Amino acid sequence: MSILIDQNTKVIVQGITGRDGSFHAKQMLDYGTKVVGGVTPGKGGQDVNGIPVFNSVKEAKDKTGCDAAVIYVPAKFAKAAILEDIANNIPLIICITEGIPVLDMVEVKKALNNTQCRLIGPNCPGLISPGKAKIGIMPGHIHKAGNIGVVSRSGTLTYEVVFNLTANGMGQSSCVGLGGDPIIGTRFVDVLKMFQDDPETKGIVMVGEIGGGDEQLAADFIKKHVTKPVVSFIAGRTAPTGKRMGHAGAIISSGDSTAEAKMQMLRDAGVTVIDFPDEIPQALAARL
Amino acid sequence: MKIHEYQARNLFAEYGIPVAEGDVAQTPEEALVIAHKTGLPVVIKAQVLVGGRGKAGGVKVVGTEADLVSEFNRIKNLNIKGYTVERLLVARAIDIKKEFYLAVTIDNIKGDVVIIASADGGVEIEETAKTHPDRIVKFYMQGVKTLDEARWAPVAAQIFGDIRLQKSATSILEKLLKLFFDKDCSLAEINPFVINGEGKLMAADAKVIIDDNALDRHPELVALRDMKYEDADELEAKEKGLSFVKLEGNVGCIVNGAGLAMGTMDAVNLLGGKPANFLDVGGSSNPEKVLNALKIILRNKDIKVILINIFGGITRCDDIANGILTALKQINIPVPLVIRLTGTNEKEAKALLTSAGLTTYTSMRQAVTEAVKASK
Repeated sequence: MSILIDQNTKVIVQGITGRDGSFHAKQMLDYGTKVVGGVTPGKGGQDVNGIPVFNSVKEAKDKTGCDAAVIYVPAKFAKAAILEDIANNIPLIICITEGIPVLDMVEVKKALNNTQCRLIGPNCPGLISPGKAKIGIMPGHIHKAGNIGVVSRSGTLTYEVVFNLTANGMGQSSCVGLGGDPIIGTRFVDVLKMFQDDPETKGIVMVGEIGGGDEQLAADFIKKHVTKPVVSFIAGRTAPTGKRMGHAGAIISSGDSTAEAKMQMLRDAGVTVIDFPDEIPQALAARL
Repeated sequence: MKIHEYQARNLFAEYGIPVAEGDVAQTPEEALVIAHKTGLPVVIKAQVLVGGRGKAGGVKVVGTEADLVSEFNRIKNLNIKGYTVERLLVARAIDIKKEFYLAVTIDNIKGDVVIIASADGGVEIEETAKTHPDRIVKFYMQGVKTLDEARWAPVAAQIFGDIRLQKSATSILEKLLKLFFDKDCSLAEINPFVINGEGKLMAADAKVIIDDNALDRHPELVALRDMKYEDADELEAKEKGLSFVKLEGNVGCIVNGAGLAMGTMDAVNLLGGKPANFLDVGGSSNPEKVLNALKIILRNKDIKVILINIFGGITRCDDIANGILTALKQINIPVPLVIRLTGTNEKEAKALLTSAGLTTYTSMRQAVTEAVKASK
């Protein structure tokens, strides 16, 4: 098993006629993902690498029966693209786009309430269930099917971690990139729960970074609900301290979001925290 | 993007939020003209984009013209956390009877806009949040842009007590919310939010932060950016689609993705070197970005080596390789390049670089080790 996507997931690509959309649609297709359609308003009827293009998500869903959508449209159109997926009940929405205004994401979060839709991202690399399907921008060939679940706030740092796992013979059940924006659809705790419940996943790697309060919530969740071994890397120990946002930011986050503080909280929750991404395989092996 | 208090005050005034009469001044003469209009006493406040200006002596109430001139000159010569004072706000001093706190911001984890209010305003508000969290109210907007008055009413009663104050506070809050949503703020804060001698509520300070991702739809706000607080190289990098922060070390770093860029800095540090910068070439790559990144990094004369660490995803390794080759033709690179390329179009990239006589690495640890060695 894997989480969220597998060989049967049918995906449409929003922004398929753009430079990134067309390139990655082909990459996903080559990996074996069922890319069943693309959406670019006004370009319906064309095709990109043999993938039919539709004018709207509704039309694409009616014609293809897709159950996932991946978004490569520019930031100023991203909110509308996500809302269109939600309006059409697409169960899994992956938004790759970076630079979306935060208040646009507040609207998206509101629209997601009380729906069956799950959003991953924005500003994320997407997700992959190795050997089955990938939806996003990660290089497929560095992955290998197996039983380690990877969840990360970063894109390229996730590749680094996966590269080291694969080089050491440790395949992955699924790898999920949550995205680097302040407001994201899916958080560490959501994916940790899925990995905990997935019988195929035997160990979990969690890649975090400075800022925000997600790693702290994850530490709390792991302590209470995760029985599988978790190994973590937190980036940003040498990063200059972030910019403060008046008093309100401190009141809202109320807690220490430095790398060191997060590492300590995770250690306290029983997580093995390592210093260098290539130390992950050994740390996992010691606990499996 | 942070803006100055006087700029935020102008936005407040534009939205009908009461502020004390006043204006910004660059010279004591200008300050005197303002004081003649408002009447004395006035408060003069250093306009800097860093916190703690009060404790640094950058705020003063003056009652005479002579004091105004001497204190203006004193504050103008202050250095507050590394920044000189270019301008001072001169405003009619408020006879403060009580201080509240009122702010609108975003709770990232809940993904919602939140109003924060307290009957204990002032500089100690963060301390209050820690020691007496019950004295601070967080009111979530639940995804809508206008105040749900029925839900807000009990909160207003709890904080402002007196019915007349409740009504006035609610009216000001509605204006603050309108400003927050209209201008794509990430913060709109009134601290302290005060009752003056006439028993009226007004903003005794103004803090506004604008979402950088939303500046495209607010050309009128872009002009408010104070360039003094922007590093010239960092600004240029931003214009060219790069994210750059200068640090103290001598290992120049060019990386794709913020997480890996931070991870690379951590690795340089862990293996005994000192990173000279954070530089993320961003997602969609084009060869031009690498050329620009190299140009910006090479302005730092401390640089002993440049480490290029690319894990291709949406960034294609061959684009990066072409960028390196273009740069080698166009500019003089007086320090060694240590290049690590893995991921999307890695083979094409390595072929390009190898045929140009450059060495590439696949392992990050190996590349970082080489770069640290070259920096010594």
